[in-house]
Amino acid sequence: MSPFLDVKDLKIHFPTDDGLVRSVDGVTFGLERGKTLGIVGESGSGKSVTSLGILGLHKGRGANISGEIWLDGEELVGASQEHVRGLRGKKMAMIFQDPLSAMHPFYTVGDQIVEAYRIHNKVTKAVARKHAIDMLGRVGIPEPGRRVDSYPHEFSGGMRQRAMIAMALSCDPELLIADEPTTALDVTVQAQILDLMRDLQREFDSALIIITHDLGVVAELSDDILVMYGGKCIEYGSADDIFYRPEHPYTWGLLGSMPRLDREPTERLLPIKGSPPSLINVPPGCAFHPRCPYTERTGDKARTEAPALAETEGGHLVRCHMSPAERRDLWENEIKPVLETP
Amino acid sequence: MLLFVVSIATFAIFFLVPRLAGMSADDLASRYVGKAANAQVIHDTAIRLGFNDPVIVQYGRFVKGIFTGVDRNYGPGIEHCPAPCLGYSYVSQNPVLPDILNRLPITLSLALGAAVVWVIFGVATGVVSALRRGSFFDRLSMGIALAGVSLPIFFTGIVSLAIFRDQLGLVGDVADWVPFSEDPLTWANNLILPWVTLAFLYAAGYARLTRAGMLETMSEDYIRTARAKGLAERVVVLKHGLRATLTPVLTMFGLDLGLLLGGAVLTESTFSLPGIGKYAVDAISNNDLPQVMGVTLIAAAFIILANLIVDLLYAVVDPRVRLA
Amino acid sequence: MTEPQTQPATQTAPARQGEPLLSVRDLEKHFPVTKGLFQRQVGAVKAVDGISFDVYKGETLGLVGESGCGKSTTGRLVTRLLEPTGGQVMFEGQDITHMSQGRLRPLRRDMQMIFQDPYSSLNPRHTVGAIVGAPFRIQGVQTENGVKKAVQDLLELVGLNPEHYNRYPHEFSGGQRQRIGIARTLALKPKLIIADEPVSALDVSIQAQVVNLLEDLQNELDLTYVVIAHDLSVVRHISDRVAVMYLGKIVEIAERKSLYATPMHPYTNALLSAVPVPDPRGRAGRERIRLTGDVPSPLNPPPACRFHTRCWKAQEICKKVEPPLAELASGHRVACHFPENAPGAPEAPATGKDEPVNA
Repeated sequence: MSPFLDVKDLKIHFPTDDGLVRSVDGVTFGLERGKTLGIVGESGSGKSVTSLGILGLHKGRGANISGEIWLDGEELVGASQEHVRGLRGKKMAMIFQDPLSAMHPFYTVGDQIVEAYRIHNKVTKAVARKHAIDMLGRVGIPEPGRRVDSYPHEFSGGMRQRAMIAMALSCDPELLIADEPTTALDVTVQAQILDLMRDLQREFDSALIIITHDLGVVAELSDDILVMYGGKCIEYGSADDIFYRPEHPYTWGLLGSMPRLDREPTERLLPIKGSPPSLINVPPGCAFHPRCPYTERTGDKARTEAPALAETEGGHLVRCHMSPAERRDLWENEIKPVLETP
Repeated sequence: MLLFVVSIATFAIFFLVPRLAGMSADDLASRYVGKAANAQVIHDTAIRLGFNDPVIVQYGRFVKGIFTGVDRNYGPGIEHCPAPCLGYSYVSQNPVLPDILNRLPITLSLALGAAVVWVIFGVATGVVSALRRGSFFDRLSMGIALAGVSLPIFFTGIVSLAIFRDQLGLVGDVADWVPFSEDPLTWANNLILPWVTLAFLYAAGYARLTRAGMLETMSEDYIRTARAKGLAERVVVLKHGLRATLTPVLTMFGLDLGLLLGGAVLTESTFSLPGIGKYAVDAISNNDLPQVMGVTLIAAAFIILANLIVDLLYAVVDPRVRLA
Repeated sequence: MTEPQTQPATQTAPARQGEPLLSVRDLEKHFPVTKGLFQRQVGAVKAVDGISFDVYKGETLGLVGESGCGKSTTGRLVTRLLEPTGGQVMFEGQDITHMSQGRLRPLRRDMQMIFQDPYSSLNPRHTVGAIVGAPFRIQGVQTENGVKKAVQDLLELVGLNPEHYNRYPHEFSGGQRQRIGIARTLALKPKLIIADEPVSALDVSIQAQVVNLLEDLQNELDLTYVVIAHDLSVVRHISDRVAVMYLGKIVEIAERKSLYATPMHPYTNALLSAVPVPDPRGRAGRERIRLTGDVPSPLNPPPACRFHTRCWKAQEICKKVEPPLAELASGHRVACHFPENAPGAPEAPATGKDEPVNA
């Protein structure tokens, strides 16, 4: 049986004056109800476009989308725009990064939730308003009956993100996508929002995709993790796979770049050299090869041939030319000891 | 604040306009008594009308006239000019204000009618152009808009008169002013050409402004949110996009309308419409200082009033302004 | 690093010997809030409300806190980009609190600032050479082999290609731009660098590069840093001492190790406990301190201890008496009536909350 959300070889390309931008270039994953997928990547990795593509919101006219998106047995890439629109907000909803710019400044928070609810539910304004107040209360906004008439700019950052979540959940969606939901927030507020999302997901039993650059946030919530680089999925597996048995040099690099509070501080961080590629000019062969310390191990292959996403064991997929044994050996003997030195 | 600006405007008008015209007290008086009068009569008239008083005293009289009305000694008798009194025309000897007020409906009809036309066409064109950026419609309408802002009224006005009235006979004679209350159809029929001509000029600017605003708004995050809710594209555009775009349009609209109510000078002259603008042009060419001052003051008042209304409306449109 | 030595509690940070390079006493910045036509003052945002700290030569002081705590304002006050409302700023023994911009100018060489946003802090119309060379021209500094050579040396120092001298900022990535900003900062061989969120706008892999660069430069050029950041992990990585700010006050200041291992102020505990840990296996067993609500507005901060509205240990006294910043362990100063992890003192009653887990 195929999973609730099943994305197969998704590609989203934008033709521009400077050439074809391959924002998403082959992403495959599956997600069940009640489970959480974390999509990790740096800027320009294509993680946000992937999520917009699932909702049919990848903007820019002339975007070429290919592959398959199956949501609860329905294929969305080939479906009519009108049909996908009917699913948006109802069956799948999204939470955006910056709730101040993501909410309309001229309408009250209540009006915006009421609008979201009434698109998919034929109810009176009064009923929808009661529902909006109820939702605001459920996401932990104090005095929801009064705050429902506030404008977004009258809320604090954390309250706005709660209101955004209330809006996304107003029609009880089965798939919720959160794009950097806590990046704009302070750390204590971030913790509150992450708790809230965890609790609400349990309550609504929805499938959750959380997109972020922060490995800490991903580790807090995710069951599965997908690492993206240059528009491609380069590693995909369970949270345990990615954090305790990572096999892609880029994932190693991310883990080494990050100072951690739960370990004794290392003398130096282990950054990845260079910068993430621009999507217009993705390096040939393996997109990561200019920054990879192990390029020479596979000779010319890294420069000329794009590696395939291959299963190394039990659902753990890696896109790398090195053999699984070689990668495991590197991780156990070279990377892990350095990362975990006390 | 408003009163302060009006009084500044009054003051400037009163002191600057005669200076700019460069006339002595006797020159002024001679315009009342006519060319045939001898120097003595002129001089007496100047004294009687107070033209030799210090400027500040004359200004006091002018302001007093506006607020309480004044009595004027004409020689034949004393006449009371009730408040608000803007003085008497040199040429017609009539009080200025009633003349202006009589012409107000014409200017009002012209300005409001044109405003309706240009807002509808300008905003609609701008929205469609923005949504179909780069399309044939976009390029065509923006080309026409460019022509609209570039071509002067007296050109588009005369050309349209020649075509629609003289050649095709589609519209009535513009100069025949018929009040709306008497015959709405003729009123509209006579005014349609000036409306369209004036609106063409303004619609062009509004189309460009709306298009630019719409392009910006439609790339905002909250538009993406609106789409993510599953709203129909029409609602996204009209309720979420246009609402935010209209704020700067509203500002411009208030200023433009205020300015036009003070007299659509070129349009009225081109179509020989006896409105405030035509009145101003005639006043200037006759060197009729009280008329010039009166028209300027009324125009200033309209502009200030329009600004005030726009500011109030702004707070209604954009809730973020209410706090400040 | 020298060993901490015991000093009277009236002085901040006894960790280092000798004169502090930068010394801040009771620094205040109140922004007036005005209303109406006549701009009548109706209140003041107490962005920084009486903070004191010292920065010693060669060390890195981290300044952490959430948005609105006044950490960035502090950076701007110290570099006199803002005029302090009260208190004192001493740099190398000179009082610069209200020094005129003219007299300040030579001192600006010694005290430089790195900004957060590598996109807006570089003039897009100037070449990298012009940007990095600007300090030489502004300060009228003579360079041995000409400005160009000096700039190229700087570019090399921060890991950029010296041949990119004639390129414009938009040709560089975010991380490279931050390097350009750092090169500009280093041009005049400053003694003190105030870095305001130097890496928070950068990608994770680039952050690490810039953090390492800052550390290398410190060792090579004997620099002193004040690093202002909201990211507690980054601050821990680069700081020797850390000050935690909340609503315009320093609530805790200590050696890095001491602060992260035995945080005493409840707010510090909550902050550390809120940081997401990249360890999915540990998440089930982790107990966290969850603060409710948001940081109160600095326009009308709570009286006495400003944290009492969100603190789970707060009692009557916290609403009435402001706790002093007292030294409870060597070099570890806390402003709290009921500190956690305080040595010698009996554990204050924590009402039903679990202790944070800190490695």
